[in-house]
Amino acid sequence: MLKIGVLITILTGTGNTSNMWRIALKMLFNDQAKYIGLVIGVAFSTLLINQQMGIFLGLLSRAGALIDDVPEANIWVMDPGVKNLDTVFPLRDTELSRVRGVEGVQWAVPYFKAMATVRTQTGQLESALLVGADDQSMVGIPSVFVMGSAEDLRKPDAVAVNEDGFGKVWRGEKISLGNTVELNDRRAVVVAIIKDSPKFTSSITFYTRYSQALAYTNNGRNQLSFVLVRTSPDYTEKEVTENINAQTGLMALSSSDFRDKAVQYVIDNTGIPVSFGTVIALGIIVGVCVVGLMFNLFVLENLKHFAVLKAIGTSNFRLIGMVALQACVVGFVGYGTGLGAAAMFFEFAGRNPNFAGFFLPWQIAIASGGVAAAIIALASMVALRRVLFIEPAIVFRG
Amino acid sequence: MPMSQTHDQATSTNIQTEQRTLAVQCRGVIKEFGAGQARIRVLRGIDLDIYAGETTFLVGPSGCGKTTLISVIAGLLRPNEGTVSLYGEMTSQMRGGALVHFRAINLGFVFQQFNLLPALNAAENAAVPLVVQGMSLSKAVRKASELLERLEMGKHKNKYPNQLSGGQQQRIAIARALVHNPRLVICDEPTASLDAQTGHAVMEMLQELAGAPDRAVIVVTHDSRIYSFADRIATMSDGQITSVKTKQESQLTSDVNH
Ligand SMILES: Nc1ncnc2c1ncn2[C@@H]1O[C@H](COP(=O)(O)OP(=O)(O)OP(=O)(O)O)[C@@H](O)[C@H]1O
Ligand SMILES: [Mg+2]
Repeated sequence: MLKIGVLITILTGTGNTSNMWRIALKMLFNDQAKYIGLVIGVAFSTLLINQQMGIFLGLLSRAGALIDDVPEANIWVMDPGVKNLDTVFPLRDTELSRVRGVEGVQWAVPYFKAMATVRTQTGQLESALLVGADDQSMVGIPSVFVMGSAEDLRKPDAVAVNEDGFGKVWRGEKISLGNTVELNDRRAVVVAIIKDSPKFTSSITFYTRYSQALAYTNNGRNQLSFVLVRTSPDYTEKEVTENINAQTGLMALSSSDFRDKAVQYVIDNTGIPVSFGTVIALGIIVGVCVVGLMFNLFVLENLKHFAVLKAIGTSNFRLIGMVALQACVVGFVGYGTGLGAAAMFFEFAGRNPNFAGFFLPWQIAIASGGVAAAIIALASMVALRRVLFIEPAIVFRG
Repeated sequence: MPMSQTHDQATSTNIQTEQRTLAVQCRGVIKEFGAGQARIRVLRGIDLDIYAGETTFLVGPSGCGKTTLISVIAGLLRPNEGTVSLYGEMTSQMRGGALVHFRAINLGFVFQQFNLLPALNAAENAAVPLVVQGMSLSKAVRKASELLERLEMGKHKNKYPNQLSGGQQQRIAIARALVHNPRLVICDEPTASLDAQTGHAVMEMLQELAGAPDRAVIVVTHDSRIYSFADRIATMSDGQITSVKTKQESQLTSDVNH
């Protein structure tokens, strides 16, 4: 802890003051129970904020997982009524060629997605996502193959399954190729294992060619969910989306706009923000209460000692500095502990597929530091007042 | 001296150094507590002179205002009326910051309850006034340790207050009151929490350490057993000083009374 004192001396350049601050630190660390309680209070809030926000943002970002997995396309074209990736309305096949004819479109490919029912090895039914990518270019198939390759998907009845999905369908089996599975009552052979971005809803995803996907879902011809577009280098995304909108009457969105829209849909239409918000708010409130009460208790118990220091000739300014330092140390150590705990959570939780892809965004880490500072400021306000207005004459009273 | 002396003590005793330095001068000091109906006047016009080189005892019945008076003298309370000067500086008129600074340099305190900081060891506690004045902690502790060695408290210098007896704590407190060489030392009931023998030993130490021609010591006490340590005894009653006598004079009167 001496290091903190040294640090402060360096930061403030005031050797004299730092010696009073060393006394302040000794006072703080002397009351170990309260010190630890204070640190835990701040750490608890910090941990909750970071852990909950990390999970929340991780969940939200899953709403755009399919978009993230097709970085080759930068524009998605869809029915104007589409709000998210889960509810799609099929486009007519002719729309594909209309989009291809729009100025500024380098290429455009069909993209199919639908839900399918899959029977697991144990006979259980699970719902799975079925993605059909362009037969020629294979745009729409994620790029990370754990086993097999995109070329293997050209075989008849060939599908790729995501790694997590494999574990769900063939429980306990080591990932391998050649397994067969019933997709909507039709035989499919696993020829590749893919590592894709975790989805918001379903964790089993089968990837296949567009034509193959149509075969698995035998509901007629209108099966074009999206048209994926790459803009020509000479055109901006904005120009091309506007061109497509104007010429086809469809809705064209840049990947990032579509992603934002999908995320916004989750925010607007689920209880997720409220429930996470509640937990975070509770974390902050509990933090403020615990830290506030403890810190006031700490200062109250030391009031006589502060009064002695005041009588001996310590200025109010210095006394406030001492209390502020005590509060800051509690804040820093608590924040560090909480952040460390949150980092550890994401480190270990990330190994569980349910939490895959969750992380601790640095913006949240910094913001939670602001919250910790606010907790400390709130908690020490009353205490500072007390110290400021101590009557030094109480030193003579029993 | 600007004002006439109300208590002319120069005539009778052996402390007749003609050029005595006036350490504390109170004139017409009035202190009231509370407001409105509940207002009480605790100090009712105090005139008092205390000289450097002397130990002045302040005695009187409980509740007569002794603690209030030394609080006013120390600048911990402001008088409602009247003036307090310490070594010619009118502290009752000083602004907060200046007063705090003045206290840091010129005053030492000894309390009935010792009031050591539990988080600091003996040497650090004794060093506090030096640190308050701006000395580095390590240097201050070194100086304080030297003082503790002189008091034969050296072996206790790394102990914390809760590891020390009352008498030992009070010795540390006396070291703290004197480590920065203040010109005025104020003690409120320094022996009241100690047994007679320890109290006597502590007073001996105080006398030995504090006794200096340029320093005044004020001791508030109920403890008649330690009156022998006084050069002068000021008696208070109901918010007023009723007499200031040398030890010899007061011994005479008490002999007459008994
Ligand atoms: N802060 C205060 N507010 C109101 N009344 C006070 C305050 N401080 C002291 N008093 C009152 O002033 C009177 C004198 O108190 P003081 O402590 O000065 O007496 P004392 O002579 O030191 O008594 P003791 O010998 O018991 O210590 C008492 O009646 C006390 O109740
Ligand atoms: Mg008293």
